[in-house]
Parts: sequence; structure tokens; C-alpha cells
Amino acid sequence: MNGYQFYWSIVWDSLPLLLAGAWVTIQITILAFIVGTLIAMPMAVARQQGEGWAYRFSTWWVELSRNTPAVFQLYLFYFGLGAFHINIPSYAAVLISVSFNNAGYMTEIFRGGLNAIPRQQLSASRSLGMTSPQSFIHVIFPQMFKVIFLAYVTQGIWGMLNTSLGMLVGLQELSGATQYAQSASFRTFEFFLATALIYYLIAKGLQFSSHLAFRLIYRS
Amino acid sequence: MIRISNVQKAFGSVIVLKGIDLTVEKGELVCLIGASGSGKSTLLQCINGLEPIQGGEILVDGISVHDPKTDINKLRCKLGIVFQQYNAFPHLTALENVALAPRVVAKRSRAEARALAQKHLEHVGLGDKGDSLPSQLSGGQQQRLAIARALAMEPSYMLFDEVTSALDPELVGEVLETMRLLKSEGMTMVVVTHDINFARESADRVAFLCQGEVCEIGTAEEVIDHPRKEQTQKFLRRENRKPLEIVRSSVA
Repeated sequence: MNGYQFYWSIVWDSLPLLLAGAWVTIQITILAFIVGTLIAMPMAVARQQGEGWAYRFSTWWVELSRNTPAVFQLYLFYFGLGAFHINIPSYAAVLISVSFNNAGYMTEIFRGGLNAIPRQQLSASRSLGMTSPQSFIHVIFPQMFKVIFLAYVTQGIWGMLNTSLGMLVGLQELSGATQYAQSASFRTFEFFLATALIYYLIAKGLQFSSHLAFRLIYRS
Repeated sequence: MIRISNVQKAFGSVIVLKGIDLTVEKGELVCLIGASGSGKSTLLQCINGLEPIQGGEILVDGISVHDPKTDINKLRCKLGIVFQQYNAFPHLTALENVALAPRVVAKRSRAEARALAQKHLEHVGLGDKGDSLPSQLSGGQQQRLAIARALAMEPSYMLFDEVTSALDPELVGEVLETMRLLKSEGMTMVVVTHDINFARESADRVAFLCQGEVCEIGTAEEVIDHPRKEQTQKFLRRENRKPLEIVRSSVA
């Protein structure tokens, strides 16, 4: 062995800082998950139409968000908008870019789920006098979420991992806070190991709570 | 009253309806019979505006179905439809299936909608199945559920689109029984069917559709027992030759 000495006490002392960062990470993760979902639902329906301006708009969104690195997307919102003198806080930039990325991926996940639902379900609900939005809210989307549940939660966790890019625009989320703490002490290994563990615990927490929600909603 | 005048319908270059004229009076049961592809089901879907038409007009109680100014969702509340493939909502219990539209469309309270749903489930003989999911019901039960769901909007008309064609033969009876019950209560019904026996015994009038036109129309006795047109005679000979199972599994 090379004899690397672990100094965990320094991580322990910085724990409040790391947990404060983790809290920012959780906030952005949940908000970006919700925003991404709300944007992706109409976009998936538009994608399924296969024509019209809404289809073209969502296709562009999907293409850009899925075929460029997430870090470029963040830089575009943070520095790109800055070039036009639209200065947004790094918190907002991370929230917007992760939501943008989530919405693109979720659109395609949802579209796959919509394709799995028989067309007659829509005819049946429309024939009862429900409007198109009512039909999607009460009949189509509840069935769709059941189909795509696993992929959907995976995307939520992927979005959580993407928030770590906040470090690059000076946001004190979990990675940013870790970066700050280790640069003061140079105990890089300890800090990033601890942080990896915290990320893992957040991911498992998200997974667990979403499975719980699934079982409550779908009674299965 | 449903008044269908000169309705034309095409899917792309395929002309399905070539000018249909048909009137359904209040309280009447009209059966539409005809070979697969004759346009029966399409006509039914045009009546409640699920399919657009290219010419002519359909009036339901004097309101034009395909007029863009018509509130189609409001009009559809008058027109219940039941499909060949049940189309129960699989994520909802039987009771919730029936209560959904009264709650969402008719804006009834949750409790009111559930009470209404229970009443209609009992009406079709599913009073004890309220908590079952559609996947736990037989085909016949799912089809009766679909009937209850349509009835819960308290429609003036009921449209039936080959509702027994996808059922196992032993389950057909219970669905037909429910339809006879509605007929006895005075419901106005338009029934697309391959079941010539049902048409003979229940229909006030029978319309035979052939190649997108009403070829022959009259009482069951006139059209089924004493058809005048050659196409009708040919069709009925073919139907009679087929064993019942094949007739029922044939797809429109």
C-alpha cells in the first residue's frame, strides 16, 4: 500500500455545508422533475400528432436536448443569455437547463407510453362528452404513467445527477459545496467519496418514494 | 329524432358512405345490417361526430353534428355509444368507470356521481361489481359496464357498434338481454349488428347497407323475411349459411 491516510474528521466538520448543498440539489431535482413533466405531457401529445407547428416545436426541443451535452445546455442558458445582457442567477440557470433536458427526454418516454394505449380509449372518453384535455387528464395520462413508470423515474434520477453541473456556474449545490470544501482542505478523495455516498442516498430516496407513490396511486 | 341526410364519407380515396338517408324516430330501435366494409360502423361513428363527414348533414334533435359551431361535447351527452371492444378504462374500478363522465362532464359532486354510477351498474346487473377492475370482469360484464357508463350520461339515444362481435358465444346472451331491457324502457337505439336473429326479434326497422348506401329499409319482416332487393337476398343467404360463431367473430 502507498499508505494514503484518510482524514474523515475534516469531512465530518464540513457536513453542514455538504447537507446544505444537498438540500439545494434536492430542490432543483424536484422542481426540474415537475417542470419537465408538465412541459413533456403536451409535447408528447404534439409529437404523436406528427404534423403542425406544435409537432415541429417539440421535435426541435427533443432533438436539441437529447443530442447536445447537458453542460452545453447549461452554458447556453447561463453565459449565452448573459451575452444578451439577460443575467439569471446560477440557481435559475441550473433549474432551467435541467428542466429543458428532462422535458426533452421525458417527451420521448411519454410518447412511447402513449403509443402503448389503444386509440379507442380516446374515442371512448370523447364519446362520453369529455373534451380532449379532460380525456388526456382522466383517461390517457393515468394509463401512460403506469406504462412508463420505470423509465420516468430513471430520468428523474438522471436529472438529479445533472444538477451537479451547477458546480461549473458557481452554484453551491452538493457538488459545488463539495468542490468548495475540498479546495480549502485538499482532502479531495474523502470529500468526493462522501459526496458520492450522499448522491447515492438521494437517488435511492427518490426511487423509494416514487415506488411508494406508484403503489398508492395504482393500488398494485 | 336523428335525421341523416345525404351523408358522404371517404377515408382518403376510399369512399365509404355514398349519400346515406336515414331517420330514426324517438323510441325506435333501428338495426343496421350489412357485409363487413359496407359502412355500418362508420355511419355510427359519424352520428356522434367521432368521424368527420365530407358531405350531407346529420341532425340530432335538430342540431347539426358536424357544424363547427355546435358544442359537440354537449351533444355527445345525448348520444351514448358502446363499442365492439368494450373500451373500459382499465385503471379505474367499474364504479369509477361509470362515475367519471358524470363528475367531469356533468359536474356532479363526487358522492352524487358515485350514487348515480351505482344505480346504473345495478340496472345492467353489475350492482355487486362496483369495486372490481375491468380486468377482473368477463367480456360480457365489461360490455355491460360499457353500457352502464354510457347510460350514466342519461342520453336520449344509444348507439351500439357490434357490441357482441368480440364476445365468446356463451356471453352474448347477457348483453343482448341488457339491450332488450333498454328497448323495453323506451330507449331510442341504433344497433349495428351481425346478429340477424336479434334484428328480427327486436328491431322496429332494419336497414340493409350495401356499398355505402341504404339498399333496403323496412320492418324486420319486410327486410329479413321477405327481402325485395337481390343484394339483400344474397347477403342473408350468406349469413344464414355461416355458423353463428363465424358471424360473431367477423370484424367490421
